Amino acid sequence: MQLDHRIPSGPLTEKWDRFRFETKLVNPANKRKFDIIVVGTGLAGASASATLGELGYNVKTFCIQDSPRRAHSIAAQGGINAAKNYPNDGDSIWRLFYDTVKGGDFRAREANVYRLAQISNQIIDQCVAQGVPFAREYGGLLTNRSFGGAQVSRTFYARGQTGQQLLLGAYSALMRQVKAGKVTLFPRSEMMDLVVIDGQARGIVTRNLITGAIESHTAHAVVLATGGYGNAYYLSTNAMASNVTATWRAYKRGACFANPCFVQIHPTCIPVHGTYQSKLTLMSESLRNDGRVWVPSKKGDQRRPAEIPESERDFYLEKKYPSFGNLVPRDVASRNAKEQCDAGKGVGETGLAVYLDFADAIKRLGEESIRRKYGNLFHMYEKITGQDPIKEPMTIYPAVHYTMGGLWVDYHLMSTVPGLYVLGEANFSDHGANRLGASALMQGLADGYFVLPATIGAHFATATLPKIDTNHVAFTEAKKTVHERIQTLLSINGKRTADDFHRELGHLLWDHCGMARNEAGLKKALHNLPELKKKFWSDLKVTGSGAELNQTLERAGRVADFIEFAEIMILDALAREESCGCHFREESQTEEHEAKRQDDTFSHVSAWQYQGEGQTPLLHKEPLVFDNVKLSQRSYK
Amino acid sequence: MSLINLTLRIWRQSGPEAQGAFHTYESGPISTSMSFLEMLDVLNERLILSGEEAVAFDHDCREGICGMCGSVVNGKPHGPEQKTTLCQLHMRHFKDGDTLVIEPFRSRAFKLVKDLIVDRSAFDAIIAEGGYVSVNTGGTPDANTIPIPNPTAEQALDAAECIGCGACVAACPNASAMLFVGAKVSHLSLLPQGQPERNQRALAMVKKMDKLGFGNCGNEKRCEKACPKGISISNIARLNREFMKAVLFSNEK
Repeated sequence: MQLDHRIPSGPLTEKWDRFRFETKLVNPANKRKFDIIVVGTGLAGASASATLGELGYNVKTFCIQDSPRRAHSIAAQGGINAAKNYPNDGDSIWRLFYDTVKGGDFRAREANVYRLAQISNQIIDQCVAQGVPFAREYGGLLTNRSFGGAQVSRTFYARGQTGQQLLLGAYSALMRQVKAGKVTLFPRSEMMDLVVIDGQARGIVTRNLITGAIESHTAHAVVLATGGYGNAYYLSTNAMASNVTATWRAYKRGACFANPCFVQIHPTCIPVHGTYQSKLTLMSESLRNDGRVWVPSKKGDQRRPAEIPESERDFYLEKKYPSFGNLVPRDVASRNAKEQCDAGKGVGETGLAVYLDFADAIKRLGEESIRRKYGNLFHMYEKITGQDPIKEPMTIYPAVHYTMGGLWVDYHLMSTVPGLYVLGEANFSDHGANRLGASALMQGLADGYFVLPATIGAHFATATLPKIDTNHVAFTEAKKTVHERIQTLLSINGKRTADDFHRELGHLLWDHCGMARNEAGLKKALHNLPELKKKFWSDLKVTGSGAELNQTLERAGRVADFIEFAEIMILDALAREESCGCHFREESQTEEHEAKRQDDTFSHVSAWQYQGEGQTPLLHKEPLVFDNVKLSQRSYK
Repeated sequence: MSLINLTLRIWRQSGPEAQGAFHTYESGPISTSMSFLEMLDVLNERLILSGEEAVAFDHDCREGICGMCGSVVNGKPHGPEQKTTLCQLHMRHFKDGDTLVIEPFRSRAFKLVKDLIVDRSAFDAIIAEGGYVSVNTGGTPDANTIPIPNPTAEQALDAAECIGCGACVAACPNASAMLFVGAKVSHLSLLPQGQPERNQRALAMVKKMDKLGFGNCGNEKRCEKACPKGISISNIARLNREFMKAVLFSNEK
């Protein structure tokens, strides 16, 4: 198989325009003859569904929650980037493009990232027109703040709940199309398989989570906007239902999985405090604008933070990276926190935490101003920990947050299965080996509002798509397989719960495929995985039946897929013998313990192709070509 | 951190038509730094291993923003803490030996699905009637074209913070959805972008709300108290004004 990225020729700045001009269009009257399935209703899925409906396509939209408004984009706190340059501080489309490519440690495609930067400005216009209440100056114009990895202020925000406001905007546009009859909603439906007919994605099989019914849905194209796979680690900042099932099923039907080892560990999360813990909570990166990160200079210092004089505090980020200070990119901040804790300077009950201190900012700007900026984050922190960050520094520690890897897509956002498109966090395309803060919302909405609606027509205009119905053998076979799998899960009747296995998988991945990775550890994890899988399928306990609402069964199915998926994550981490962005291979580091890329050998996208049960997947490499930026070892010093 | 033991009386009902009843469970030792939902997770793990079906409850983000979770705890939607969703309620607020009565959000418009899960799709149906600005993607003016005074934008955001959890309906003796509808109507009617459809929006959303079986506001203010996001009842007053203005002074029907 040859990976064809289908990037238009010509200068970088003209590619997107040229693409839109050269692409075949679908006549407005013909659009209603095409059905499109969209799975997922986060920023990417909701904005795509709404826009495709507005264009005249028939859209069927699926989500696992009770309402499309619940998708986990809603929890994004800090903001959304755009190259508006409203603050007049030197920003431009080119700078946003450059920062994103550099932030991703030169492992993303130039053409995709440039397009993203171009579209970023339209997104802000669109959201404001929908009534998204972004933060404003007293003169009434929009205001910005800065985020990690950038030296300009380009982040638009709505308090600490930007994701919520953007998602509610996209959701409202979606509901408008539901009312117009252009989008049909299928809430509480979980995609169980992708149906491929004559090499084209032509539908999905779902489980109705209320009745348990296994249902078939046909379409002329399928769009996955199902988010990332961070929950493979059990503990992450993802929502409880976030899972890899949809993309994993698509992988098993022929879609290549790209860069699965690229997992972002977010530096500012509330530390783990017990084995019963079900999730980790993020504290927005925007806090690093005013918070200073430190640990005691002395190992094992047990004093309370207030008792440690300034001279005995180690502001390690400010010291080590004077030009970016506390605003270094996420991967750098996370690794440094781990380094401090590994050196015995960690704080808190477990010693796995560092301080994020607002005392100086409060002195400088006043308590009122700090509360206004971060009030809801402080409130959330206090709810969970019982401590007030105004009185005592926050304790934070890195946690799994976002996955840059995902299904491989070309410039059209189409996977290696024709007619299967992948948007948002579910694809791999724009963030390389590390995503910058406030770029996920930008990418989700760019894909959904602007990219997919412009590219999907090319497929309809050129592909041969004969009429099919749900009686097609591909549907009946997929349904049968889904049914049998559910019956197997229910019949094992062992002694351990799905969560218990999930925790075990999480430990395995966190220990050996987490913030720092090495060959021996990865090989050990790879060795232990089949045993875990075997135990799962022989000792799992699921109560209830398949013909009803059964959350225990839902969870078991997702954990089964996470266990299978973990293998390609580890294989990918093993194959990539360089360090880049979030992927830190201990064997490849500079003398100052920074990530050391190996551009000669690893300047490529790794795309894994399924080869059948029990077979090692096949690795394809898409070379990354940099014509417009000069590769350099990242430095934030 | 310390450990407490609780008695849990939980509403169990296998389906919408089935007969429901309270079942009593001993929580076993519960760490006070657990969240309420983690306490239910612990109970469920035990139930599954003993062959009993887990208690079904809705939840997702567990950071108080998706609006998916919510049950009535000792008579209060989302439990005793103010401005707190159930997932953000921590066990340190309870004492050893407490009895917790846990039941679903009850309302005529929210049909019970199973155990603590109810069907809140009525909220989506109300939004579909006009909880949006009718703009298609593309062709929108530059975001800074219309200045909006900071206090207005902040007020709009205060209303737009609603997470659609349904606690307001569960708390109201009339099962009114006026706080939910008022929040959306306020958010959009405060902003210049919401003006063109202002009258039509208020009329259509209120009409749908009535049709779906939600009651009227009786000024009990229990919704405001139960709201995990602290949405103010002044949004209901604004909804009433918007509705009356639309009825009396507009051509919309």
